[in-house]
Amino acid sequence: MNLTLKIWRQTDAVDKGKIHTYAISGISQDMSFLEMLDVLNEQLNEQGEEPVAFDSDCREGICGMCSLMINGEPHGPEVTTTCQLHMRSFNDGDTITIEPWRSGAFPVVKDLVVDRSAFDRIIQSGGYISANTGSAPEANSVPVPRDNAVRAFNVATCIGCGACVAACPNGSASLFLGAKITHLGELPQGQPERWSRVVDMTAQHDHEGFGGCTNIGECAAACPKEIPLDVISQLNKDLRTAMRHGH
Amino acid sequence: MTDMPDTTLTSDRSHDEPSPGQYDDAAGYYTLGEPIADTKAPAGDIADRWQTRKFEARLVNPANRRKLSIIIVGTGLAGGAAAATLGEAGYNVKSFCYQDSPRRAHSIAAQGGINAAKNYKEDGDSTHRLFYDTVKGGDYRSRESNVYRLAEVSTNIIDQCVAQGVPFAREYGGLLDNRSFGGVQVSRTFYARGQTGQQLLIGAYQAMERQVKLGTVTEYTRHEMLEVIVADGQARGIIARDMVTGEIETHLADVVVLASGGYGNVFYLSTNAMGSNVTAAWRAHRKGAYMANPCYTQIHPTCIPVSGDHQSKLTLMSESLRNDGRIWVPKKAEDCGKDPRDIPEEDRDYYLERIYPSFGNLVPRDIASRQAKNMCDEGRGVGPMVGDFRRGVYLDFKDAIARLGKDAIEEKYDNLLDMYERITGENPYEVPMRIYPAVHYVMGGLWVDYDLQSTIKGLFVTGEANFSDHGANRLGASALMQGLADGYFVLPHTIRDYLADGPFPEIGEDHPAVVEARADVEGRIEKFLSINGNRSVDSFHRELGHIMWEYCGMERTAEGLRKAIDMIRELKREFWSDLKVLGTADSLNQSLEKAGRVADFIELGELMCIDALNRRESCGGHFRGESQTEDGEALRHDDEFAYVAAWEWGGQDGTPILHKEELVYTAIEMKQRSYK
Amino acid sequence: MANPVTTPGSKRPTLVDGARASRTSIALKLLMALSGLAFVGFVLGHMYGNLKAFSGHDAFNEYAYHLKELGEPMLPHMGFIWIMRGGLLLALIIHVACAIELTRRARKARPVQYVVKKHTGAIPASRLMRWGGLTLFLFIVWHLVNFTFGKVNVETGETGDAAGDPYNLLVDTFDVWWMTLIYLVAMAMLGAHLHHGVWSSMQTLGLTGTAEARARVKTISFALAIVIAGGFSLVPIAVLTGLID
Ligand SMILES: Cc1cc2nc3c(=O)[nH]c(=O)nc-3n(C[C@H](O)[C@H](O)[C@H](O)COP(=O)(O)OP(=O)(O)OC[C@H]3O[C@@H](n4cnc5c(N)ncnc54)[C@H](O)[C@@H]3O)c2cc1C
Ligand code: HEM
Ligand code: SF4
Ligand code: FES
Repeated sequence: MNLTLKIWRQTDAVDKGKIHTYAISGISQDMSFLEMLDVLNEQLNEQGEEPVAFDSDCREGICGMCSLMINGEPHGPEVTTTCQLHMRSFNDGDTITIEPWRSGAFPVVKDLVVDRSAFDRIIQSGGYISANTGSAPEANSVPVPRDNAVRAFNVATCIGCGACVAACPNGSASLFLGAKITHLGELPQGQPERWSRVVDMTAQHDHEGFGGCTNIGECAAACPKEIPLDVISQLNKDLRTAMRHGH
Repeated sequence: MTDMPDTTLTSDRSHDEPSPGQYDDAAGYYTLGEPIADTKAPAGDIADRWQTRKFEARLVNPANRRKLSIIIVGTGLAGGAAAATLGEAGYNVKSFCYQDSPRRAHSIAAQGGINAAKNYKEDGDSTHRLFYDTVKGGDYRSRESNVYRLAEVSTNIIDQCVAQGVPFAREYGGLLDNRSFGGVQVSRTFYARGQTGQQLLIGAYQAMERQVKLGTVTEYTRHEMLEVIVADGQARGIIARDMVTGEIETHLADVVVLASGGYGNVFYLSTNAMGSNVTAAWRAHRKGAYMANPCYTQIHPTCIPVSGDHQSKLTLMSESLRNDGRIWVPKKAEDCGKDPRDIPEEDRDYYLERIYPSFGNLVPRDIASRQAKNMCDEGRGVGPMVGDFRRGVYLDFKDAIARLGKDAIEEKYDNLLDMYERITGENPYEVPMRIYPAVHYVMGGLWVDYDLQSTIKGLFVTGEANFSDHGANRLGASALMQGLADGYFVLPHTIRDYLADGPFPEIGEDHPAVVEARADVEGRIEKFLSINGNRSVDSFHRELGHIMWEYCGMERTAEGLRKAIDMIRELKREFWSDLKVLGTADSLNQSLEKAGRVADFIELGELMCIDALNRRESCGGHFRGESQTEDGEALRHDDEFAYVAAWEWGGQDGTPILHKEELVYTAIEMKQRSYK
Repeated sequence: MANPVTTPGSKRPTLVDGARASRTSIALKLLMALSGLAFVGFVLGHMYGNLKAFSGHDAFNEYAYHLKELGEPMLPHMGFIWIMRGGLLLALIIHVACAIELTRRARKARPVQYVVKKHTGAIPASRLMRWGGLTLFLFIVWHLVNFTFGKVNVETGETGDAAGDPYNLLVDTFDVWWMTLIYLVAMAMLGAHLHHGVWSSMQTLGLTGTAEARARVKTISFALAIVIAGGFSLVPIAVLTGLID
């Protein structure tokens, strides 16, 4: 396959950055998207141009490190992560535009790499159950109804990639936030801190500069883990309830 | 391979070392040092040792803890759990990882599950049985006190994780579910669908983030540790590079913990993450920490095969697929390029069923892997040519689909088969899947005593980065157990005994050890950027991986290993003279990061080959062609090799020094494993 | 040591202290939803009144008059109307203020735009809320000038009481083709606003916690949007086509 790549290049956080165009050939359908970029980087290195910086680590769709806005869609056209996207989703002769996640809360570090530490701070603000090591009761002493356990698991599969933010026209991180609120709120262990958690985490979310949700739904469509919009409903409900509880 | 004594292959190097056994394959490549022993495990009944040690380990007054600082490199299960727990205890913790968030450590990729001797199924499980299974699974090459302790604390892990909100699979009654795993006869594996590692890591990560909020843990993400500072005989800090600004930072503390994961990426292609590296451990090794059993590598039989030279990483498919799939290759090499559906039944070789009639497709990991390699070496591999070779065997669900129906198979393996299709573009319900073994885990690592302290005072090592619990082979679902055991329940107790002597005298940035470490790091970086040769880092890494896989992979021979050592030495020379790294030191520079890692992998690769060369026996994941039974089974030599090989860095131009730790079993009897 | 709650080495945001639920963006959204739903209630009533036009001159005027004395003698003359106007004004202020604040935050949240951006998963109405809202606002202003406070009869050019009784004003207005057009455009916008808005308000109130609930509410939103936009459009169309005169 021969492709034209339009890639955002930006030397550092202060640089203004712009799109560069590269031609690349000899790409096989079996390559993953990131392997295609590896090939480009080999080529650039050979030509004496600095390789394009992009994030990835596990390359099996679970760590959440990879990102990339590919032709206007986070993680590209399939419901998966960029590292699991393969070139057979593209055609010979295609032009592919590759940009970093765009969010004020995710400043660009270099080229396609952004800083997602805002997500860590949202978790710090309350995304946990306070259980000091060694203080836990016997695991089976609190049964968890299977439906709750299943729902908690389903939303706990969020990989913190930030595609939801990248997709959202409001730059909101409500899907990520709602996934954590729902995960912990669904479990008996998560009840004691439930109301303070939702308030603290939402306040941190706003403080980081993420926008407010207007329920457009692009986040859920972009999410590689198919976290459903329910979690935002749950988030809203929990916040409303927290208000009633005087938080 | 031959079973004959091989005398023609001895090295042409000088033989002034004492000969430890009948053969000294590695003679000339190493120096024999003093034996080494673990001095921390208390004597007495194995079941009491941990209680005794916990009691004897000195305490640190809560008011003093704030004054004691701990550096933890790594935020996987081992590092994340330790940071959370030590933070809760009130110590002043600094946590480092190279990813942009602690939550992305490679523990996140573990699929299958985590073992614990809860005996919820009332099927006869117990601490002792888990201990026994783990030692046996490790082919009697692990230290029994450590393994017993692991089994002992395993149950606490599950309690802790449940309290943190880890959504384990549950039964309809709301209680925890278990499955059996990795060929043991009890059901003791706790799991969260196929994402157990992710859920456990998120639990540890959240606990750690809570401490960040409380101010006991400070996290340094996108920071790569490049050197350990050893001042006056004690580990007192690290040199790290801020990967965004390029700044070289000095971090000082009273104690340093390495939880930096495994080094499977020395093979270039593995199931590890792109950034998994040996740098943290290797830098410590060069400063005096011994590296134990570096050649013990686990190669997993069911991974998606390499599809071309561009391949950057391999993906694991759960072992459970072997329960229903049948493994075969064509009988005739000329059929290998054909559509498998056109190959008639009589021309197929179900080689595992043929060679191991009783175990069939369910032979242990190492056997299944080695036989797949043998088939491909014979020229009967399938799938696309990669280089001059087809690397793959079929895993066929046709019979299972006929027997159970497509729906049943879909329900059982759905997401795995989908993942396969996404990666290969082939529909496994119609075309047999192709699988091939891949490097998955390393049992070797930095040597530690019962306290998890390395041979550098004040340098503790946990998780996959140490060598202690899995011997020569790791059982499924026990790495997660070890990581969390070390992090939550072991290290926090043992480290206090060391810290009870602290705070240690302040050292400043002008301490000679600090100055030297910084200068080393800066010098190396400058060197990488100034070689200005022709070859990219990746090309060296790929070549190293090739050598390692070919000669230090599933089957090792003295001849091959010697050849590999020569090739690696040549590669090292070329690396340092023909490397091309563009960009600058003071910005995000991924080629520069990789250069540092590959430089260390090259040195590690050589040591792995020497270790493999020295160990002229087959045990667990280490298979020496020269040491097998008549029917090709691994053959241990307990009389000669029942020891841990702890290697000391012998200097840039010297040979590594071998220290042997004798393995003594008091609670268990050494037996030859048998699969017949 | 660095301030423990900041990530050292850079000027990154810190953790929020003393968070209040009422200060969050979700609280803004709740206000938005409640005020929006108040509008929905109002427009449903309003639509019912408008459709009275089909019953003829007297019935319509009587209805308009009836509103003025609703609640008497407990309320003074025009009491109900003024209470409603007060409520609606308050809702309008809240709704618009929150809309402006949320828009401001959304702008700030994405300072650099994408070169290429697809909108997978979004219905067009959802991305039209702000422009649609602005259109509705302008329309409401004109609408009030037209029928309520200014009473402008564009056909006769009269204003105030001279513009005619409610029914005549209505008929005269929609006899003018471009007035009908403006009105219909506004109703299309209202339809779109409600197509997304009703679902959105249910989601904001946390009432769509399952896939089924979500699907149900989306259908209801769509139906309500059609009913309201359609219902309001009937009268002007009828006037223009001479069905009502
Ligand atoms: C695909 C796959 C599936 C697996 N499935 C299972 C399973 O089902 N059950 C099981 O028990 N085990 C499984 N394992 C093994 C298990 O996941 C690992 O052995 C274990 O998670 C290792 O944990 P760790 O904490 O030691 O290291 P890791 O989780 O690898 O963490 C390493 C940490 O060190 C940091 N680090 C490394 N180098 C540096 C440096 N130089 N500077 C700064 N930071 C550094 C990294 O950022 C990271 O935070 C699996 C492994 C793989 C690859
Ligand atoms: C003054 C003119 C108006 C403006 C500027 C305006 C603007 C907005 C904006 C920006 C939103 C938020 C976007 C979103 O949630 O997707 C919104 C939501 C909404 N609007 Fe309006 N609007 C106006 C009038 C109306 C009217 C007349 C109605 C009802 C008849 C209405 C009903 C709603 C509803 C129900 C919502 C959803 C609230 C929620 O998301 O929770 N709005 N409006
Ligand atoms: S909710 Fe989905 S898109 Fe958002 S961070 Fe989690 S996995 Fe990524
Ligand atoms: S690199 Fe880990 S999810 Fe893509």
